[in-house]
Amino acid sequence: MSEVAERLKNIIKPENLIYGKSPVLNNVTMHYCPGCSHGVVHKLIAEVIDELGIQDQTIGVSPVGCAVFAYNYIDIDWAEAAHGRAPAVATGIKRVMPEKTVFTYQGDGDLAAIGTAETMHAVNRGENIVMIFINNAIYGMTGGQMAPTTLLGQVTSTTPNGRNVDLNGYPLKITELIAQLPGAAYVTRQSVHTPSAVRKAKKAIKKAFELSQKKIGTCFVEVVSTCNSGWKMTPVESNDWMVKQMFPLFPLGDLKDGGKDATEPFNLRSE
Amino acid sequence: MGELRLMKGNEVIAEAAIRYGCDGYFGYPITPQSEVMELLMANRPWETTGMVVLQAESEIASIHMVYGAAGCGKRVMTSSSSPGISLMAEGISYLAGCELPCVIVNVQRGGPGLGTIQPSQADYNQATKGGGHGDYSLLVLAPASVQEMNDFVGLGFDLAYKYRNPVMILADGVIGQMMEKVELMEQQPRWTDQQLKEITGSWATLGKTKDREKHVITSLELDSSIMEDNNLRLQAKYQRMKEEDVRFETIDCEDADYILVAFGSAARICQKTIQMARAKGYRVGLLRPITLFPFPEKAIAEIAEHVKGFLTVEFNAGQMVYDVRLAVNGKAKVEYFGRMGGIVPSPDEVEKALFQKLIGD
Repeated sequence: MSEVAERLKNIIKPENLIYGKSPVLNNVTMHYCPGCSHGVVHKLIAEVIDELGIQDQTIGVSPVGCAVFAYNYIDIDWAEAAHGRAPAVATGIKRVMPEKTVFTYQGDGDLAAIGTAETMHAVNRGENIVMIFINNAIYGMTGGQMAPTTLLGQVTSTTPNGRNVDLNGYPLKITELIAQLPGAAYVTRQSVHTPSAVRKAKKAIKKAFELSQKKIGTCFVEVVSTCNSGWKMTPVESNDWMVKQMFPLFPLGDLKDGGKDATEPFNLRSE
Repeated sequence: MGELRLMKGNEVIAEAAIRYGCDGYFGYPITPQSEVMELLMANRPWETTGMVVLQAESEIASIHMVYGAAGCGKRVMTSSSSPGISLMAEGISYLAGCELPCVIVNVQRGGPGLGTIQPSQADYNQATKGGGHGDYSLLVLAPASVQEMNDFVGLGFDLAYKYRNPVMILADGVIGQMMEKVELMEQQPRWTDQQLKEITGSWATLGKTKDREKHVITSLELDSSIMEDNNLRLQAKYQRMKEEDVRFETIDCEDADYILVAFGSAARICQKTIQMARAKGYRVGLLRPITLFPFPEKAIAEIAEHVKGFLTVEFNAGQMVYDVRLAVNGKAKVEYFGRMGGIVPSPDEVEKALFQKLIGD
C-alpha cells in the first residue's frame, strides 16, 4: 500500500497536471443547481479569458436571472445590469473604453423578452461586444415560468396546461433574427451537455472573444441549456429532453461567421 | 471674460458638455430638448475632445448606457424631457443605488401622459422625491437662465463626483428653448487615463489588475442587514448634501412681509411681480431654490420668523408648496399659485394671486 502511495506521490506533481481550475474562476461555491449549464459556461468563459490573457482588459455585464451573481464567480470587473439592459450597459462601457473586451451574459428572459429592444439594437449598431445567451426555455430564478423560448406544449408554472399558441404565441428564435442583422459578425448556437459539446462551445466562445477584439461587429453565442429544477427533471433526464425537444427547434451550429472577412468593417461586408 | 454668445438653453447644455470635458452623451430625441443631441452631432466632439455621442434606441437604453459608462468612472450624461425621464426612472434608481456619478437633464414639458410639448414644472416631485423605486435622492439643480444651463453642467459633474451620485438639471421648456446671452467656459481637456485612475480607480470598472480585488457595480444585496447598511450609507450622504450643498438665491427678502418662492423660469416671472408689488408699496421678496434637493429648508425656516406669508409659484398643481410648508412648520401662512398644462403665468396673474391669497386677507 505504501508503495502505491509513493508512486502516486511521484505522479501528483505540478508538471504532470493536465487539467485544473482556471485562475480566473474565484474560489467560491456556485449557487447553481446541480445539472445546470451555467456553471459549465462560466468555467469556459473564465478559461477563455485566461488563455487570451485579458483578465485586466475584460469587463463583464451580468443580467437579472439566475446568472445575476456571475460576478461572484469570474474574477474580472463587472457591471450588474437591470433586467434586459445588459446590451445597453455594455454599449456604454465599450463606447467609452473601446480597447476593453466587453461581454454580456444573459438568459432567455433577459435577452429575448424584457431586453429584446436593447438586444436587437446593440447588435444592429454592430457594437463590438460579445453576447453570451443562455437559452433554457424557462425562467429559472423566479421559479419556472414561461420564457420567450418555451416550447409549444411545454408545461411551466405560467403555462400549466402547456404553452398554447392562441394564448402565448410562439417560441422566439431570436438567434435566427440576430443572424439577419448586418451588425452581427459571428452568430453561433452551442450546448454543453456532452464533453465534445463543451469543447465545441469553448471553441466558439474563444472565437467570439477573439473576433470582438477585431472590432468587426457583435459576436453572439447562444448556449442551449438545461434547467432541471425548472423542468422538474433529473440532470440526466434534462439532457435527454433538451436533445429530443429543444434541438429540433434550436439546432446547433454556426448561423453566421464573419471570421473570414474579419479584416473588413462589418458594415461594408456583403451579406 | 469667456466667449459671449447668444444661444438657446438646450444648445448651451451641449456646448457646455463639450467644453467641460465630458466623456460621453447618450440620448434619445424628444421635444422640447432635441437641440442638445443635434448640436452635439453637428459639432462632432469625438474628433476634437474625444467625447462619445450616441443616439440610443430609447430613453431606457440611453440611461443604461450612462450606467455602464459611469461605472467606468467616465463623466457621462443624458438629457430628455418628462415622458422620457419616466422611462429612465429604472436606470436612475440603479445609478443612485450603485452610487454612480452622472448628469441627467430634464427639460420639462406638461403632463401627465404624453401631455404637451409646452413648458412645465410638473416633474418636481418626480425629481426630488424619487421617481424610480427605493429610498434614493438625486441632487437636483434648477437653472433659471441660459447662463445657468451652462454653469450647472460643470457644477453638476463636480457635485456628482463629490457625492458619487446622479445629479439632475431640472430645467423646463422655457429655459431650454429661449435664447439669451451666455458666457461660455474655456475648453477643458477630458480626464486623462491617469486622472481617471486617480479619481475613480478605487471603484470603477477599469479592468481588474493583479494588485487589487475585482470591482463590481451592483445595487443587489440579498442580506437584509447589509442592505440596510447600504441604505444608511446613502441616507448619510443625502444628509451631507443638506449640510454642504444647499443653494438658493434671495431677492429683496431682508425687509419683506411676503415671500414668493419659485424656481426656474417661474422665478424669472416672480422677479417682475415683486417689482410691481413694491412699486405699490408692498414689501415682497423672492426666494429662489437653486438646489431643489437638498431643499433650502433652513433658509425658509429663518425667513418664516419675520414674514407674514409665503406664496409658491409653480408651473404645476402645487408640488413644491409642500416642501415650503414643512420648512415653515406653521410659523406663517403658505399658499400656492400655479398654472398647468403648458401655460406660463404672467407677472400680473402672479401679483393678482399674491393679493388674493396673501396680502388681501
